[in-house]
Amino acid sequence: MTYRTHQNTNFGDRRMDVSTQAIQMKGMEKWYGSYHALRGINLEVSRGERVVVCGPSGSGKSTLIRCINALERHEGGNLTVNGVELNNDIRSVEEIRRETGMVFQHFNLFPHLTVLENCTLAPIWVKRIRRAEAEDIAMHYLKRVKIPEHANKYPGQLSGGQQQRVAIARALCMNPSIMLFDEPTSALDPEMVKEVLDTMASLAGDGMTMVCVTHEMGFARHVADRVVFMDEGQIVEINTPDQFFSRPQHDRTRAFLEKIL
Amino acid sequence: MNSEANFVTLHPMDVRKPPLLRRSVLRDLFSSAGSSVATVLLAAVFLYALPKAINWVFISSVWPGGSGELCRATNGACWAFLWDKLRQILFGIYPPSEQWRPITVTILILVMGLVTLPPRYWRRWLLGLWLSGFVVSIILMRGGAMGLAYVPTTDWGGLPVTLLLAICSLGMGFPCAVALALGRRAEAPAVRYLCITIIEVVRGVPLVSLLFVASILLPLMLPQGMSIDKLLRAGIALTIFSAAYLAEIIRGGLQSLPKGQVEAAKALSLSWAQTILLIILPQAIRSVIPPLTNTAIVLIKNTSLVLIVGLYDLLSSARAALTDPNWPTPYTETYLFIAGIYFVICFGLSRYSNWIEMMLRARNGR
Amino acid sequence: MFKAFWFNRRLRSYALQVLLVGAFLSGCIWLFINAQQNLAARGITAGFQFFGQPARFPISESVIDYTPEDSFGHAFKVGLVNTLFIASIVIVAATVLGLGLALARRSAHPLLKGCASTYIEVARNIPLVVQLLFWYSLVTINLPTAREALTPIPQVFLTLRGLFFPKLELSGEISLLWWAVLASITLVTLAFIVQKRERIVEGKAPPFIRISMIVSGGLLLLAWLVGGVSARWDVPKLEGFNFVGGSALTPEFLSLMVGLVIYSTAFAGEVIRSGIDSVAKGQWEAGEALGLSKGKILQLIVFPQSLRVIIPPMTSQYLSITKNTTLALAVGYPDIAFVVATTINQTGQAVEGILILMTVFLSISLAISIFMNWYNRRISSI
Repeated sequence: MTYRTHQNTNFGDRRMDVSTQAIQMKGMEKWYGSYHALRGINLEVSRGERVVVCGPSGSGKSTLIRCINALERHEGGNLTVNGVELNNDIRSVEEIRRETGMVFQHFNLFPHLTVLENCTLAPIWVKRIRRAEAEDIAMHYLKRVKIPEHANKYPGQLSGGQQQRVAIARALCMNPSIMLFDEPTSALDPEMVKEVLDTMASLAGDGMTMVCVTHEMGFARHVADRVVFMDEGQIVEINTPDQFFSRPQHDRTRAFLEKIL
Repeated sequence: MNSEANFVTLHPMDVRKPPLLRRSVLRDLFSSAGSSVATVLLAAVFLYALPKAINWVFISSVWPGGSGELCRATNGACWAFLWDKLRQILFGIYPPSEQWRPITVTILILVMGLVTLPPRYWRRWLLGLWLSGFVVSIILMRGGAMGLAYVPTTDWGGLPVTLLLAICSLGMGFPCAVALALGRRAEAPAVRYLCITIIEVVRGVPLVSLLFVASILLPLMLPQGMSIDKLLRAGIALTIFSAAYLAEIIRGGLQSLPKGQVEAAKALSLSWAQTILLIILPQAIRSVIPPLTNTAIVLIKNTSLVLIVGLYDLLSSARAALTDPNWPTPYTETYLFIAGIYFVICFGLSRYSNWIEMMLRARNGR
Repeated sequence: MFKAFWFNRRLRSYALQVLLVGAFLSGCIWLFINAQQNLAARGITAGFQFFGQPARFPISESVIDYTPEDSFGHAFKVGLVNTLFIASIVIVAATVLGLGLALARRSAHPLLKGCASTYIEVARNIPLVVQLLFWYSLVTINLPTAREALTPIPQVFLTLRGLFFPKLELSGEISLLWWAVLASITLVTLAFIVQKRERIVEGKAPPFIRISMIVSGGLLLLAWLVGGVSARWDVPKLEGFNFVGGSALTPEFLSLMVGLVIYSTAFAGEVIRSGIDSVAKGQWEAGEALGLSKGKILQLIVFPQSLRVIIPPMTSQYLSITKNTTLALAVGYPDIAFVVATTINQTGQAVEGILILMTVFLSISLAISIFMNWYNRRISSI
């Protein structure tokens, strides 16, 4: 598998200026009540880059990634996605959500719809694509994640790994330019983790911009362009995977790596 | 033989049938002193009451075809009265020549009800069917169009009125209930407190007072010259009542929905309206179908309260029929008949609700 | 510019809220103005001044005394007391009988279980109004006249005019006696509590209950003698076509009571049964393994645990019972709804009357909600 050699995207035209950064965070803050969850976050993700965010629980990694597509509202600093700044304007939120796709820890598939209907729902109702065309797109991505034969089953009839791959396909059907993964394998049984990680790696191989919160360090080592370590709401260290795992520079990074490796 | 420490079985044992059980029912009836006493007491009550009941219902009773004098002469049931007054009880004072219209309406509603029962048919066209069925029923009852003679609502009565009130309160109450339930969980405080107030006030007062508000206060609160039909007023009161109670049930369903569903919909950039219609409501409502059918039974029973504001539904039409001086006012038989009709409808619905609950549980994941 | 306004998340939310509140308020104001105009056109003055005027309509029975010369305010009080009286009796009866019904439905005795199930299904699937009218018809038509009154117990007469029974009439200084009664009840209750606690803590306890009963008896005797109290039974006697003397329960009261108790017991029984069923089967098994009888298991282990599941729906059943007493209108028993309806008929003060009716019930339901919240907080801290 070749990584990091394909820089062009296979995912359709971008209206935006190609040279803009995919995601820019400047001095982002977030509080839950009096609890300071994100402190002065500065991060830039370039087009086609793969970033893995790791850290102990409670470090704010999930909050960070959920701020990107406005599932949580940040309270200080700036957040810009594909040149669009996220502010109180409702249109900015709609734009950004069209550009991003998210995969959740607990899959969040719609249990009352079949796999195919899960994937075609948003294209039909948001992008107003005709049903036949939406189903073609859905089957294309279901083949991509290697479960086209389950298209007419209900999520409850699939295993956890299969459900998560459906969730990835569902997000891809909206043709996002950035994919966000919030601990996609944490709720899976160990034997199903590999199939999901392989799917994510193949996405990366096609040049998709990815921000991934995960504990899977093997994935980080092989797929990521950069690894971001967070602790207590702050970004502590950012580095390439080689440097990150062999020569961690901050004490806390070292302590964390000792515990998990 | 088997006291050795080492044992290996030599011959396999055949599978045999179990011994015949002693009759377990008798054992249950006399298992202890207490239950024996209960058995004897209950049996005694039955043996005393059953012959009297049979005598009253079958032997001394006056069958259809008899007259008022025969009924006065005997102390058995006066079934002849029910047969003679059947039309008046079931259809009120609707003009006899036009009574094919309420009969058609009743059959139409029953057919629509039967079609709604199998979950296979729960599709969008079912909603259209009910809507058009309801409109057709109103037109048939009222007339004044398509060559039908006009019959004012004051002449409507009996079973069609009960059924129409039930459908109206359930049908119009449900969308209001959804709006109230969603509003009660809204983030905007004005919306939330308004919905909470409406729901708690309507649930805290008796239905009788709501009927008073609709039939006495509403005409006072409308400008002079504008008036609302009396039957419609009662329908509005029942609708408001249904909306508040259904709203609480739907709110339970909304609360049980995992938060992740809304987040997934947001991440897919579905709009707020699309999320509610396509993702939240189908799941929330499906999860509370048993309590919803129970509330439907309660609402059907509640239509009988329009007696208090002088409207003629099944119950009050029956009471009106009792005032005929030719007959010796057979209250018991009439109320038993009315009770029987309600029982068939409500008990049937509750059995259906049990069946649906079991079926939904069996279809795991759906 | 409008676009900036409409698409701003916070501004849109505020604007919609202001619009909603405004629409609601203006709707209310419009209704209010119309009502004022209509009332003025009929010459009816708004406000509660009519409270002081004499009511001039009869109330057929009441717990507290009432004559048609009493004011409207007093009439409302009478109606309210009647409502609360019926509601309390039905609540107590439905709870006690409901417990028995729940146990019957859970028993292994096929006849008992079958009867209980049938009763529950029949009572729950027929409207309350129909049941009340049925009982009323039984009581008023099928009971004999005074001349041929049924006498289930000597000196108690059941006729179509009501249930007549002897009344105990006391004369003399009876206030002393009532104080003695109150003291005795308090003493005996305390004795029960203290003796039970002593028995659990110490293993055995001095016979507090016996002592308290003797002391109470002495107190009552003392009060009787000192107060010069004398008692006689006022027995109902047949005079002409009806009974005179004694106390009577009217057919309206009887049918309302019987109907409401039968209806509410079915619902209360189901609530209690589902509460008992909700306790895990392992609790029963553990109790049996310890050698406890089924009755003791229910009393000591299962029932206290089931209370947590029973009390929320039970309080809403109690609220239902209270609201159902308004159906007294159908049988003619004078509860608060009847008084309000008659008042509106006589004075035309519809707004005030209905407002009073709704306020009464809203207060009751508010009291019950507050109790429920307190109870929920108390058990969730365990």
